[in-house]
Amino acid sequence: MAKSTLRDPFLEPGLRGMVGDLASDQRAFKEVPWSKAMMWGFLLSDIFIFACFLVGYMAARITATAPWPNASEVFALEVGGHHVPLLLIAIMTFILISSSGTMALAVKCGYERRRLATGGLLILTALLGASFVGMQAFEWTKLIHEGVRPWGNPWGAEQFGATFFLITGFHGTHVSFGVLFLVIMAVKVMRGSLEAQRPGFLTGRRGRYEMVETLGLYWHFVDLVWVFIFAFFYLW
Amino acid sequence: MAEREYDASRYAPPAEVGEMELPHPKGFIGKYVWSQDAKVIAVQYGLTATAIGLVALVLSLLMRLQLGFPNSLSIIDPGSYLQYVTMHGMIMVVYLLTAIFLGGFGNYLIPLMCGARDMAFPYLNMLSYWVYLASVLILVAGFFVAGGNTGAGWTLYPPQAISPGTPGIDAGIVLMLVSLAVFIVGFTMGGLNYVVTVLQARTRGMTLMRLPLTVWGIFMATVMALLAFPALFVAVLMMLMDRLLGTSFFMPEMLSTGEGGDHQGGSPLLFQHLFWFFGHPEVYIVALPAFGIVSDLIATHARKNIFGYRMMVWAIIIIGSLSFVVWAHHMYVSGMSPYFGFLFATTTLIIAVPTAIKVYNWVLTLWRGNIRLTVPMLFSIGFLFTFVNGGLSGLFLGNVTVDVPLSDTYFVVGHFHMVMAVAPILVIFGAIYHWYPKMTGRLLNDTLGKLHFWITFLGTYAIYYPMHFIGLEGVPRRYYAYGETTFISDSVQALNAGISVAAFIVAFAQLLFLFNLAWSYSRGREAGPNPWQATTLEWQTPHTPPRHGNFGDELPVVYRWPYDYSVPGVKQDFIPQNVPPQAVEREPDAGRGGTA
Repeated sequence: MAKSTLRDPFLEPGLRGMVGDLASDQRAFKEVPWSKAMMWGFLLSDIFIFACFLVGYMAARITATAPWPNASEVFALEVGGHHVPLLLIAIMTFILISSSGTMALAVKCGYERRRLATGGLLILTALLGASFVGMQAFEWTKLIHEGVRPWGNPWGAEQFGATFFLITGFHGTHVSFGVLFLVIMAVKVMRGSLEAQRPGFLTGRRGRYEMVETLGLYWHFVDLVWVFIFAFFYLW
Repeated sequence: MAEREYDASRYAPPAEVGEMELPHPKGFIGKYVWSQDAKVIAVQYGLTATAIGLVALVLSLLMRLQLGFPNSLSIIDPGSYLQYVTMHGMIMVVYLLTAIFLGGFGNYLIPLMCGARDMAFPYLNMLSYWVYLASVLILVAGFFVAGGNTGAGWTLYPPQAISPGTPGIDAGIVLMLVSLAVFIVGFTMGGLNYVVTVLQARTRGMTLMRLPLTVWGIFMATVMALLAFPALFVAVLMMLMDRLLGTSFFMPEMLSTGEGGDHQGGSPLLFQHLFWFFGHPEVYIVALPAFGIVSDLIATHARKNIFGYRMMVWAIIIIGSLSFVVWAHHMYVSGMSPYFGFLFATTTLIIAVPTAIKVYNWVLTLWRGNIRLTVPMLFSIGFLFTFVNGGLSGLFLGNVTVDVPLSDTYFVVGHFHMVMAVAPILVIFGAIYHWYPKMTGRLLNDTLGKLHFWITFLGTYAIYYPMHFIGLEGVPRRYYAYGETTFISDSVQALNAGISVAAFIVAFAQLLFLFNLAWSYSRGREAGPNPWQATTLEWQTPHTPPRHGNFGDELPVVYRWPYDYSVPGVKQDFIPQNVPPQAVEREPDAGRGGTA
């Protein structure tokens, strides 16, 4: 990659400079690789999908004719005879947020070219993500055993099951794909494909350590979305 | 005025990004079938969109046959009429116009006009086309399944879209929804590519404010599509669940033949909001590329710089942003708080301001220009007429009180066909006449082109103008037959017959165009690299048609904006973007600058 033109003689400081920088030649975002720019674009589009899901959920909940099931009872676990609301979901959220931390460390180690540490942290992130999906599967199973279906449930408005399965399912799919890509990336890192700039299997794009960061962006996004889903489904 | 530009452009910045590695396949299949070359993908998109568009054209003829000459063809019954309405609308809006503007012209023009070797992600670009093709095939499958296509209308409003009695309730609606979801996935792949290419892969010296307006239009439309299609995606998933799993997102409790259904407590209005949050930006997803392309056609063929380039760019951006906050003007009659109606009417009418800026600027570009009445120019001028006409009737419909009586009448049909069907299609034709020489190396036949233009342009007026009057009488749209009514006068039937005749003439005139495309491919006049003497980069390629990699060994360096036409004191009446200031041939004794 050639040298930066950030000190272009025609650019001014301040707001005008920022606008001029964005509109300047070749690249709107200097030093941002194509794949990273694309990931941001994709995430922006994905934000709109999740926003539409959550707004749809709110609308369905407000307009439902039957009463909405009580979240603190529906999502509670019986632990040692005690009724503990939100226990499972607290653990799940904790795990997913922690995985963001390990992901960030993986990106840092990647840029420091520490292959083993990067690969290990990626695998750890994948394991945390997989355990999240596993617990989600457990929660789905529990709810299904209690009679919750997309078309109805024992406690009230049938939109509860429909929105819950659709939105957490869509999010869980995101996490699952993320886990898959984390494993692939870990293998690439461990084998040194990124360092050797070996082309990928399908696209022939050369490996670079920025890929770890790009994947990290996706992973953080998935975590961030979970915070909103958590708030709207479990705390409302 | 022009002098200052030249001094600032003496500087050619160094390259920031290394050369792109391109796969160069050898065989026919690698080059033309599984191609990763944006230009080939563009042609694939264009041909597929045209093919499915012809299907939609035939459907519209069947509808016109029924309306103009009722019951003359026994295969058209009320159910199949509704299926024609649905498929015609959906195909034309999504699978033809969106695909051909963004997938077709976007793929062809963005890398060439930005001075890039190819799209940023060629492999993803290829996938985008094949996923699009899959969505088209799934859509077409609807014609052959039991019960046929869905007849829910292109808006697919629930509850009727998935309730018994609507045609295609078994498989048609499912295929339609799946096809839309697949289309959105495919489009996202392509759209991200276009955005990244425009933002991050331009050549040296190509600043954003030196981009041709074509690229601006397509770029903004792509950004909008990336943000608007998610709403449709969500609506489609929810409706699929309603249809297949029996959930009740959109389905309220309903009585059907005296018995209650399975559904309870859903909100049909939620679907309308989601649909139109996609549906209104969709209008501009189709219109903005047309705006951009027509700006370039007008400037090139009037030999004059586009009037108010900066304002044109800002108008595109403002229209794109505003179009996300007007969607509920499609729902004035759905039962909405009057305060919301007021809000949405206001935002709707505000859009007229940037749009009017654009129209004034096009007209001012033409004013005292050295107009060459080539076929692309004729189509551009035709666009100005139909677009202003359709836009003005839009001002009527944007007001709640006027819209309520006109809603769901032929006035609406006339309006949106003028503004978002005919106007963009005229630009597509103009653009094909304009860029065909670059794609094939040969010009399209001029006589056939002019014939095609006049029949199409006058014919569309004969079709859609009378619809406004029919609509003012209150004739409802989407009806198979009107039956015994007191408010519809007999002359409506005469007008309908006239419209149908015009529709058939226009449709058959398109055969001229198709014949022209095929004939000129081998027999057309040799075009040379720059037949229109245009300034933008795609006309400066070393080979015509451009080869894989677009620009040969050396990428062009850009020194000026794309509208240096008829610059005073310069020998030629155009200066290509990649000509450095010192290489411009000047008149020996001409004064520098000044007003001509």
